[in-house]
Amino acid sequence: MEKPGYFGQWGGAYIPEVLYETFRELREVYAKAKADPAFWQEYVTLMGSYSCRPTPLTHAENLSRHFGGAQIFIKREDLNHTGAHKANNVMGQGLLVKRMGKTRVIAETGAGQHGVACATMAAKFGFACTIYMGEEDVHRQRPNVFWMEKLGATVVPVTTGSRTLKDAINEAFRDWVSNMDTTHYVMGTVCGPHPFPEMVAWFQSIIGQEARKQILAAHTKLPARVYACVGGGSNAMGIFQGFLGDPEVELIGVEAGGKGLDTGQHAARLASQDASPGVAQGYKTMFLQDSDGQMRDTHSVAAGLDYIGVSPLLTDLWEKGRVRFAAATDQEVMAALDLTIKKEGIIPALESTHAFVQAFKEAGELRGDQAIVINQSGRGDKDIFTIAHAFNDPSWKEFIRKKGEEYATR
Amino acid sequence: MQLAEQLRLARNKKEILLMTHLVLGYPSFAVNREVIQQMVANGVDVIELQIPFSEPMADGPMIIKANQDALANGTKVAECLAFAAEMAAQYDIPFLFMTYYNILFKYGVEEFLRKAKEIGIRGCIIPDLPPEEGEEYLRLAKKLDLAPIQIFAPTSTEERMRTLAGHGDGFIYCVARRGVTGSKTEFDASFDAYLARCRRATDLPLAVGFGISNQEDVRILTGKADLAVIGTATIKLVEEKGAEAVGSFIAGLRG
Ligand SMILES: Cc1ncc(COP(=O)(O)O)c(C=O)c1O
Repeated sequence: MEKPGYFGQWGGAYIPEVLYETFRELREVYAKAKADPAFWQEYVTLMGSYSCRPTPLTHAENLSRHFGGAQIFIKREDLNHTGAHKANNVMGQGLLVKRMGKTRVIAETGAGQHGVACATMAAKFGFACTIYMGEEDVHRQRPNVFWMEKLGATVVPVTTGSRTLKDAINEAFRDWVSNMDTTHYVMGTVCGPHPFPEMVAWFQSIIGQEARKQILAAHTKLPARVYACVGGGSNAMGIFQGFLGDPEVELIGVEAGGKGLDTGQHAARLASQDASPGVAQGYKTMFLQDSDGQMRDTHSVAAGLDYIGVSPLLTDLWEKGRVRFAAATDQEVMAALDLTIKKEGIIPALESTHAFVQAFKEAGELRGDQAIVINQSGRGDKDIFTIAHAFNDPSWKEFIRKKGEEYATR
Repeated sequence: MQLAEQLRLARNKKEILLMTHLVLGYPSFAVNREVIQQMVANGVDVIELQIPFSEPMADGPMIIKANQDALANGTKVAECLAFAAEMAAQYDIPFLFMTYYNILFKYGVEEFLRKAKEIGIRGCIIPDLPPEEGEEYLRLAKKLDLAPIQIFAPTSTEERMRTLAGHGDGFIYCVARRGVTGSKTEFDASFDAYLARCRRATDLPLAVGFGISNQEDVRILTGKADLAVIGTATIKLVEEKGAEAVGSFIAGLRG
C-alpha cells in the first residue's frame, strides 16, 4: 500500500515539527468533511449561490470551423466569482476554516487570482486575511493588489529569493509557524505538504464532475482530448478528475514554455528535460533545480504558471503515462489569445491561454465528429495591464502615459 | 565516543554548553574560518554548519539573507563538504551539518551521510524531515553512527516528543518558541513548563535555540537546558562588527 499522502513516489509531508499538530488537525477536519455528504452539498450550494456554478461548457463553433477538425468546447471557469477556478478551492477551504474555528487566513499568490479569491472568501466569512505576493508579481499584477486591499486583506510584498510564487509560499509558511493557533494557510494549488494536494484536488474536482456531464449532454460522447494549463496543477487536476476513469479520453497538461524550452527561461517541469526529483516547499515532485538541489529561476508571461514545482498527483499521472505534457511559449500564447478574442468574443487569462495553444495545434488532427475540451481556468480582462503590455498596445500605452501625467500634476 | 555521551561528560565540567551556528559561504569561507577559530578559542562546545539552500523555509530574515548571499557568491555543496572536512580535522569539538532535506536528497542520502561520516561530522539537523519521511535517513544515520538530531517544538505533545526522541540521538534540539529563527524569545512560565515536558520525554541532552542572543538568555537557560544555541546573533555580529568581534562575544556569554 502507498504511504498516505503519496501518489506513486511523489508527495509526502516534509514539514517542520512545529506544524505537526496543525497538520494533524487539518487532516482530521478534512477527512471528516470528506466522509460527510452534507459537507459536499453545502459546498455545491454555496458555489451555486455565490459563484455561478455550474459554469457553462461553451461550444466554440467559430474556432472549430477555423481549425477544421474536432469540435472545440470550452469549460468556463472564468465565469466563477472573482474570475477563476481559484474560487472553488478557497470557498471549500473557507468552510473547513469555519469548522476548525480559526479566525484568520493567509495565502500565497502569483498572478493575484488566488489572493483575490482568498480575500473575497475572508470578507464573506469574516476572517482576517494576509496575502503574500512576490514583489515582482506585485508589480506585474497591480490591479489585483488593489482589489485585495479593498477587500480588507493585507498584502505583503515578498522580497526574498526570486520574489515570485515560490518565495511567497515560503513566507506564508513562516507566518503560519508563528500563528497556527488562529490561522489557516489556504494553499492555492495542488502542491505543498499532504493533505493539501489531495484536498485542493477534491474541491477542484467539481470542474470535472460538471464537465463530464456537460460534454455528454452537448456531444453525446466523451471528448477525445481534454486540455488544461498547469502551474501548480489545480485547474488541470480539477477537470482531469472527471475523465481519469475513461481511458479513451486523452489528458494533456500544458506548461509555460516561456521564451522557449531551449532557452532555459521557462517553467516547464514535465514537458522539458530540465527538471529532476526533489523535495521542497513540503513535498516531493519534479523541480526545476540545479545539480546541488538549489531551485532555479523560472520565467513565464503568466505569473500563475511561473513556478518551480508541480503537483505530485500530476507527476504521478505523467510517470504512469496517463497525462501527456506539452509547453506553450509566451509568443504562442499571445497569438492564441488574439485569435480566441476575435473568433469567440472570449478573453482567457494568460495562464489559461496556454491550454488553448496546444488544443489549437492538435484540433486539426481530429475528425469533425470528435470533441475536445479546453479548461478556461480564468478570465483575462482583469489582467488588462499585463495583457495590454504583452500585446505592446500603442493606444493603451498612450492612455497610461496621460494618466501618469494627470496624477503627477495634481 | 558517541555524541550524547561526549556532551554529558562535557556538561559535568560546565554548567551549560554553547552551540553556535553559521551559514557556510556567508559572507565567505575565509570569514567562516576566522569565526570558527574564534568560537573554538573562546570555548564553544558544538558548531552547527548550515549548508545554504535556496528555500530556507524554517529560517527568519537574517539567515534567509545569509543563505541567499552564500548562493549568490556561488557556494556549492562540494565546497561546503570540503570546508567542513578541514574544520573537523583542525578542531577537537563536534561539528554538525544543518540543512534542508533537498540538499541530501539531491546528493543521494546515503552518499551524503557516508561523506559526512568520512570527514568527521558527528550529526545532522534537518528541520524539514520529520521521522515519518526520514526512514532511510534515520536507518543510515544509525548504521553510520551519525546523530540524527530530532527537534521538539512548543506545539509538540509529550507523546509526540517521546516518539521523536525514540528516533533521535546526540541531543534534542528544543525550538524555544513558535515562528522562525531570529526574533526574540520570552522566557516565561509557559516556557518553563515546555522545558519540563521536554525533560520528561527524553534522557538525551537538551539544546535550546531560537532567539538566544546574550548573556542574560544563557543565564536563564543554565540549569534548565544542557546546551544554549546561538544562531542569528553571531551572524548579525559578524555583519555589523566583523569576525574579530566574535571571540569576546562568545567569551562573555557564560558570564
Ligand atoms: C487563471 C489561472 N489559471 C491557472 C493558474 C495556475 O494554477 P493551477 O495550475 O493550480 O491551476 C492560475 C494561478 O494563479 C490562474 O490564476
